[in-house]
Amino acid sequence: MEGGVVHLPMLSRVAVCGGTHGNELSGVYLVRERLKTKKMVEEEDELVSVLTVLTNPRAVQQCRRYTETDLNRCFTQATLNHPILDRTPYEIIRSQELNLLLGPKGRPEAVDLICDLHNTTSNMGLCLIAYSDCDWICLHIFRYLQMQMPDIPVRYIHFDLPPKEAYSLESVGKHGFAIEIGPQPHGVVRSNTYTTMKSGVQHMLDWVRLFNSGTTFDGGSVEVYSMVKNVDYPRDRETHSITAAIHPQLQDHDFCLLRPNDPLFQTFSGDTLRYQGKEPLYPFFINECAYYEKGIALSLARRRCVMIPTIQMQRGLEHQEDEKEFMSEEEE
Amino acid sequence: MECVSLPPFSRVAICGGTHGNEMSGVYMVREMQKQKVDKFGSFSITAVISNPRAVEACKRYIDTDLNRCFTRALLSSYLVSSSAPITDGTPYELRRAQELNAQLGPKGSHEAMDLVCDLHNTTANTGLCLISYSFDWIGLHLYKYMQKKITSAPIRFFLLDMPFSEAYSQESLGKHGVSIEVGPQPHGVVRADIFNLMKEAVDQTLEWVQSFNSGTTFEGGDVEVYTLEKSIDYPRNPETHEITAAIHPQLQDNDFSLLRPGDPIFMSFAGETINYEGKELHPFFVNECAYYEKKIAFHLARKITVNIPSLSVKMD
Repeated sequence: MEGGVVHLPMLSRVAVCGGTHGNELSGVYLVRERLKTKKMVEEEDELVSVLTVLTNPRAVQQCRRYTETDLNRCFTQATLNHPILDRTPYEIIRSQELNLLLGPKGRPEAVDLICDLHNTTSNMGLCLIAYSDCDWICLHIFRYLQMQMPDIPVRYIHFDLPPKEAYSLESVGKHGFAIEIGPQPHGVVRSNTYTTMKSGVQHMLDWVRLFNSGTTFDGGSVEVYSMVKNVDYPRDRETHSITAAIHPQLQDHDFCLLRPNDPLFQTFSGDTLRYQGKEPLYPFFINECAYYEKGIALSLARRRCVMIPTIQMQRGLEHQEDEKEFMSEEEE
Repeated sequence: MECVSLPPFSRVAICGGTHGNEMSGVYMVREMQKQKVDKFGSFSITAVISNPRAVEACKRYIDTDLNRCFTRALLSSYLVSSSAPITDGTPYELRRAQELNAQLGPKGSHEAMDLVCDLHNTTANTGLCLISYSFDWIGLHLYKYMQKKITSAPIRFFLLDMPFSEAYSQESLGKHGVSIEVGPQPHGVVRADIFNLMKEAVDQTLEWVQSFNSGTTFEGGDVEVYTLEKSIDYPRNPETHEITAAIHPQLQDNDFSLLRPGDPIFMSFAGETINYEGKELHPFFVNECAYYEKKIAFHLARKITVNIPSLSVKMD
């Protein structure tokens, strides 16, 4: 990446989504508050139009992560194209409704940016989670949040998946990321977590307005955590029940380097199990409640520097971008 | 000084998973069952998963809160007795409470367990909290004993001031009973530090029983405890009943600190502070997840002193 400004189309339509997991309450209450004060789902001014959406209302009503299946795994192209039958889980029907509202995924009509709000029981501070490490919009928003929120640890997590395989809600938009804030128990709203999320969303929208007004955002270097692998709990061979908890020295130490032989788990009978990997990696999603059933005790990432270019909005580029995407769909 | 003597404790029950998503107790009992723990010195131990279906689903309960099903009235309700047909409509937990009453009780009878110890977790920052009813001061003796032995976390005692006839929770099945509540831990999650604290409390309970059975006299005296004065709900939308505020950051995690009139208690989602009006009291179970539906943001307690007699075992 040398010199030069990268020009990108305006972000005319932005979606703020909460309640994708019905018991992650900061996002639920933030979306409800936004809907209350704005009095409509889509609020428009000359700079941007913002849609506010409660994505899994049934799960929110029951205060559960999901009713039949995890909504935030239902946005692969295959699932979005799946025929709806009698027994189709609610969340798959809902993902297809959301795809019509905010997408369709991969099409020119899709919203420009989706910001999906989540909470975690892990001590992760504020994380932006995205599928790309070269989406300059997402990376610049990340940088802006870091600068505007110096009292909170703000990090960027990159999951390396191509768009068709990307399974979560934010992949429906032309750009998208999840804002994940923890620690907060599921089913509980903590005031400080709510305030952090409210602040993060506000700064994100401020950035979009600045960008759409033509502001130049200088490039530079950003630190990104790229997902490498997941580690499961040790389990009983017969019952599959976990036989250890995250070790006290690892608990709450998200993003602190985990070195070979560092304590990883403490068995319920008191023994310490150590990290057997050869490469030191950065742990995150340590002891996330919802991941016990997914077989994940923690995730591990490499930390890297990514160079981002200076960017500026330029009008008239929207159609070029749309054509590019449309053509690559046809090629496939 | 008054000294009461009681027969030795020969049967102790350790119960976990009364709420299926309070995980420290679930894993503690499973570990005890795996290690086939059934004896400790002079007494037998029964380790029980109280609500197996809720544990399986990792939910607090299936139909109704099991830990409110142990009143005399509900335990003897003919609708769920074995002689009446069990319909689909009978809440699972009512039937389960009766099964537990048969296994650990019957409540109030000679056959009941000498001590029922029920394990719980909370999302509130309570540290280690022992809970029992005012008609039974064994829990208070356990508390006195543990205060000297456990220094890794604050320990407090919450006294449920009501007569035996109104007791609704599982530990009231035994001749004596205590709940061990440890927080903060998110529901559905097990934290090693919380599990370890709960294990310390269970181990100390078993040590106490062994020591009691061996003839130790436990000195009585004054014990400082918390007792419920009232509960405060969240501010709610009058139409939707949804909460409109969260516990204020200055109150969050400050269980048992003194709350004074004028102190902030809530911050609305719009950013306004709501202050406390009322007597100086001690908040606890501040922001417990399961209490949102019970319309409780936090309890308020008075600190009182109760006097307990010295205790020793009755040698035949």
